[in-house]
Amino acid sequence: MPVVNWLKRHLVVIAGLLTLGYLLLPNVVVTVFSFNKPKGRFNYEWQQFSTDAWKDPCGVAGMCDSLSISLQIAIWATIGATLLGTMIAFALVRYRFRARGSVNSLIFLPMAMPEVVMAASLLTLFLNLGAQLGFWTILIAHIMFCLSFVVVAVKARVLSMDPRLEQAAQDLYAGPAQTFLRVTLPIAAPGIAAGAMLAFALSFDDFIITNFNAGSTVTFPMFVWGSAQRGTPVQINVIGTAMFLIAVLLVLTSMVIGNRRNRQKA
Amino acid sequence: MATLTEAPPPPPPASPPAPSAPEKKPPRKRGRLTPYWLLLPGLLWLVVFFALPMIYQASTSVQTGSLEEGYKVTWHLATYWDALSEYWPQFLRSVLYATAATVLCLVLGYPLAYLIAFRAGRWRNLIMVLVIAPFFTSFLIRTLAWKTILADSGPVVSFLNTVHVLDVTDWLGWTSGDRVLATPLAVVCGLTYNFLPFMILPLYTSLERIDVRLHEAAGDLYATPLTTFRKVTFPLSMPGVVSGTLLTFIPAAGDYVNAELLGSTDTRMIGNVIQTQFLRVLDYPTAAALSFILMAAILLMVTLYIRRAGTEDLV
Repeated sequence: MPVVNWLKRHLVVIAGLLTLGYLLLPNVVVTVFSFNKPKGRFNYEWQQFSTDAWKDPCGVAGMCDSLSISLQIAIWATIGATLLGTMIAFALVRYRFRARGSVNSLIFLPMAMPEVVMAASLLTLFLNLGAQLGFWTILIAHIMFCLSFVVVAVKARVLSMDPRLEQAAQDLYAGPAQTFLRVTLPIAAPGIAAGAMLAFALSFDDFIITNFNAGSTVTFPMFVWGSAQRGTPVQINVIGTAMFLIAVLLVLTSMVIGNRRNRQKA
Repeated sequence: MATLTEAPPPPPPASPPAPSAPEKKPPRKRGRLTPYWLLLPGLLWLVVFFALPMIYQASTSVQTGSLEEGYKVTWHLATYWDALSEYWPQFLRSVLYATAATVLCLVLGYPLAYLIAFRAGRWRNLIMVLVIAPFFTSFLIRTLAWKTILADSGPVVSFLNTVHVLDVTDWLGWTSGDRVLATPLAVVCGLTYNFLPFMILPLYTSLERIDVRLHEAAGDLYATPLTTFRKVTFPLSMPGVVSGTLLTFIPAAGDYVNAELLGSTDTRMIGNVIQTQFLRVLDYPTAAALSFILMAAILLMVTLYIRRAGTEDLV
């Protein structure tokens, strides 16, 4: 029974590829439907091929404004969370101090908490303080929940660092600042970059916490949520497709560059 | 600035030696305050915007009053009782849906993680990119795509209808009639889809660490592939299973997006109730109480689960 044997041997591969298909199917649908010309307000059924939405991506009122607000928040949240998180990660790996356990749980808990709980409790704080909900409350919330992820990413990298490299730098008369800038930081950079990328993706795509603390400010996910009720413009799919393509291209380019560099080293 | 020791200084007599700590660095004499300066801004942020809100929420949950007259803390614990007796179906549903989605994620995600770790060869990086890339398209847009995929007149539903799967799921109460949208099945399907990468990535990380020679050794000792998996691979991947399960279950239990977009009023989860109470009904005490119960329930379940599964170092 060669067929049965072949199936048996490749069962894991087949199952894995089916899961991969399940993961990618919605992206295929989003892409295909970015070329749709829907009849009603909703873009859920295929009508006919058209490139109208691609020619006029900002043709929907408010969408590109929400996109720009999301980008601004994501950039500032990334900067804030990366800065604060990297400092915490270095402190955790490099120093011994009191209350280490409590610090660790304070960093772990935001990742173990359902978003809706954080969102609701943060809203009670803002309501009690009488804070004006909007750009700043969103930014505060995003830095809060991105911080822990940055700490984890940077910590992993700094832990795997060879401390002898820094000792060598100091043996060669580098001062503390010079050692940090010329040796420590470059080695930790991939971890910091990974943390920053994660923070950007999390902030840009966040809906639940933003929904609670946005007031009347509309981020891109909030715009999509609203359009699910009012009618989904095709342009949403255009943005979704474009983001997917940009992400894949960026990652593939960085992989090619990384491969080439490794080959040169070898 | 994080600086380094030139030569390990002798540990100060005051601090007790930590024998099993993973850090090799002995404490420094100079810059003893440095770690605190490094920690201060970030921790302050977490205390003010994460821990303090929890306290505010707890206090809000025992207040009574109205939007017009303002709220006062009256230790009105009956709010908790009322909230639980009114919304226990939504709580139960959240746990059920999240459990179903987590099990599905494990069953679907394991083969893919295994494939990437052991069988992908030079395709490994590409598959990895394809697993992560959907993250970069807003998850709301991708969830809306399921409305198209599961549409009543779509190919998926008509196929399931032809092979009479929908009759079975209808009988089980997972779908109703010829529809998949607006049923529990659609919500669980959406939850599974949304949190699948959170299962695959930790699984992959722990599978990748396994020494392939262990598989060969098991084979040399006459273990069948199934036994090898059961006795060697799976136990060694337990850390990944535990963290993947938590990373899937926790957000799934609190989610309200899938229930709102793919479900109906009969599939409302506790997240939907909290959202409605907070943002539309504006009944803050009830909403805060519900959110507090959800938090407590999840922390309890997570603690019990970690105890049982026995993996402590998750961070």
